[in-house]
Amino acid sequence: MEFFRTPGEAYSHIAGEIDSVFIFITLVGLFFFVITQGCLIYFAIKYRRDKLDPNAETPYITDNKLLETIWIVIPSILILAIFTYGFLVFRDFRNSPAGAEEINVTASQWLYKFKYPDGRTQVNEVHVPVNKPVKFIMTATDVIHGFYLPDFRVKQDILPGAYTTLWVQPKLTGSFIILCTQYCGVGHSTMRAQMIVMKQEEYDAWARHEGAEAAGAVSHADKGHEIMEQSGCLSCHTVDGTPKIGPTFKGLYNRKTSLSDGSMVVADEDYIKESIFDPGARIVKGFQPIMPTYKGTLKDEDITAIIAYIKMLK
Amino acid sequence: MRDATAHTATDDRGYLTEKGFWSWAATLDHKRIGVMYFYTTFLFFLVGGLLALVVRLELMTPGPSLISDHAYDVLFTMHGNMMIFLFIIPAIPSALGNFFIPMMVGARDVAFPRLNLAGYWIFVAGVIVVMASLVQPMDTGWTFYTPYSAKTGAAVTTISFGIFLVGMSSIVTGLNFIVTIHRLRAPGLTWFRLPLFIWAMYATSIIQVLATPVVGVTFLLLAAERLLGVGFFDPAKGGDPLLFQHFFWFYSHPVVYVMILPAMGIITEIIPVFSRKPIFGYKAIAFSSLAIAFIGFLVWGHHMFVSGMSNTASVIFSFLTFFVAVPTGIKVFNWIATLYKGAIFLASPMIYALTFIFLFIIGGLTGPFLGALATNVPLHDTYFLVAHFHYTIMGGTVMGYFAGLYYWFPKMTGRMVNEKVAKIAWAFIFVGFNITFFTMFILGLMGMPRRYAEYLPQQQGLNILATVGSWILAVGVLIMVVNFIRDLFHGVQAPSNPWYSQTLEWQTTSPPATENFEEIPVVTKWPYSYGKREKDER
Repeated sequence: MEFFRTPGEAYSHIAGEIDSVFIFITLVGLFFFVITQGCLIYFAIKYRRDKLDPNAETPYITDNKLLETIWIVIPSILILAIFTYGFLVFRDFRNSPAGAEEINVTASQWLYKFKYPDGRTQVNEVHVPVNKPVKFIMTATDVIHGFYLPDFRVKQDILPGAYTTLWVQPKLTGSFIILCTQYCGVGHSTMRAQMIVMKQEEYDAWARHEGAEAAGAVSHADKGHEIMEQSGCLSCHTVDGTPKIGPTFKGLYNRKTSLSDGSMVVADEDYIKESIFDPGARIVKGFQPIMPTYKGTLKDEDITAIIAYIKMLK
Repeated sequence: MRDATAHTATDDRGYLTEKGFWSWAATLDHKRIGVMYFYTTFLFFLVGGLLALVVRLELMTPGPSLISDHAYDVLFTMHGNMMIFLFIIPAIPSALGNFFIPMMVGARDVAFPRLNLAGYWIFVAGVIVVMASLVQPMDTGWTFYTPYSAKTGAAVTTISFGIFLVGMSSIVTGLNFIVTIHRLRAPGLTWFRLPLFIWAMYATSIIQVLATPVVGVTFLLLAAERLLGVGFFDPAKGGDPLLFQHFFWFYSHPVVYVMILPAMGIITEIIPVFSRKPIFGYKAIAFSSLAIAFIGFLVWGHHMFVSGMSNTASVIFSFLTFFVAVPTGIKVFNWIATLYKGAIFLASPMIYALTFIFLFIIGGLTGPFLGALATNVPLHDTYFLVAHFHYTIMGGTVMGYFAGLYYWFPKMTGRMVNEKVAKIAWAFIFVGFNITFFTMFILGLMGMPRRYAEYLPQQQGLNILATVGSWILAVGVLIMVVNFIRDLFHGVQAPSNPWYSQTLEWQTTSPPATENFEEIPVVTKWPYSYGKREKDER
């Protein structure tokens, strides 16, 4: 693979793992390729006749239980091995590590907007520190978009009306392309962004500089707090851990919570959003379904800000 | 049986004797309906192919050159729509299936001839509506993903209605075949004496009848969303765009088996005839067709691993997906085992059958990269997927279709094909196909996403190579088509059974009479008693 691209190991641990799965499948594939194509070509040459001979005395072979069993069992074992290997690596890179820096991504036709927790924003360019896990929390405003970091071997569709995430821990500094992979209209193929990976010191300096420029801007979480006060959320929900009419926001994010129907839910971005737009859908155990919907009142970007605020209330 | 091959066809042109528009348009003869389906669908193979040539031409340069980005989007969308809905899905079942299923089971026609004719005209109506959508041509890709397809200004509703009609035609055709295979088999033709093409078509028909209504309903919901503003798939109205993807792939995954199973059936007929050996593992092949049809309904989610579907669902769908590989592998192994110690004659049907196996193995072995969760993530929606799809569907289904056309051409037309020209055409097609599509595997690994009018400059070299390959491929198809047309009028008259085949369609004149058989044949054995057994029985 090095002929046409650098091994993933150079970019991130996960990319290296994914390449290992790729190489494993390639080896299994080559095994079957050599056997099947070898027999196909060898038989076609060895048993070739120069005319169609209705009198040919070929052996009357119709079946062989042993052969049939072998070519059911061996492929089954190998494909289960491929599935398992693919699954194990998938599990590793779908679950982001704790303490990852979170960056919000909003995709629209045909650009990416990045927003840092402190209010810094960037368009089609995102700066991240090297050797630190970064988690992108993504949503779209119009149609489905894609978020593909080919060097890092990761990709995730971005949906309108829901949050999807993708995380990456780059090993080297430099500028890496982000491509849209879900067809989204005429600008699809030019919807590109750069992920700029910097040394920690440089990143900190950059963040300070950008942060100073953005000082006039209100941070995401502060805006969330403001929206909550204006919308009356805090008259039923507390931020100090005591339950009131509704559950408290303190420590809410990513908490595993029992619901009134007996099931469990992790209060992630999607659950919080659902609870604001469709409060009756999944009620926390012990509370009444009395909250009004905020659908039409609050916008998607307000929800993003509210979530940022709730995340701070650890 | 040998005697049949001795007397050649006379001036009597069998089912082709009667001339005139109405003798075709109002015919109830399954063979004529099959021929009409052939011409209609093949037209779209050629048009869809031309669109692909323009797509490839545009990709010679990384930026916009020949056409605008919007025109590019329209072209790849219509390439996909025509090739899939108007060619690949109906081609083998409706053209060759209609012609040969009744003949192979020893019947005079399908169970419901009028329904069959209605099916054809519903198909034509669908084609016309699809063409009408070109006023504001589709630009969504053949997958119609919402919310884009609900928002675009293109004539999505019109084309969905056209495909809805095409789908109805598909359902009635499948239904007709199921009843024909159950009810109209010749005396003595038990299930395990059926040619394996019939088993494959039986499995195909089941998928057509069960899955097609789902895509019909999906398109109705999409139309309701566009016309009435009902938000089934619109998150702003409480809908879910992923719901559309689930509906769409619940049909469109099983339908890839509607594309490939009939081609596998054709290969299974050709290999024993040109190896003079009985098919190896008859029951394994027969049941693997049904297994593929069944498992094919349970794996649609593997198109959605990066869509935002839950991780748990992804894991389950990945696991189930790998089980399609087992029955598919069984077929490949059995075909190759049939060749062992055969007396192989490389006539054009056999060359295409072997080409099918060769290319399908590559297409099949690149499947696990996409079925495995970890490698799916970087490869999904890239040219790797485009290459994999074309190796299975063009290298598989289309090569199988060509094999079937060469194999049955003498029966359908009463003429032989010029073998020399056929082989020259094959060489171009084989070389051109591999240059075009193998290159795309590498482009995909380099990270080039599909549906890109513009791409990164460092990928230009391989894109030029793929485009040059498409020209070689096109030259091959052109030679093949010209050869077919010339032989249709000037080919050597075909004997009734030029390949010494044992299936029933060859035990009558070429071309067959309208009623197929003078007397309904009585079947006493399976159709694969080649080699030593064949000699003993004579």
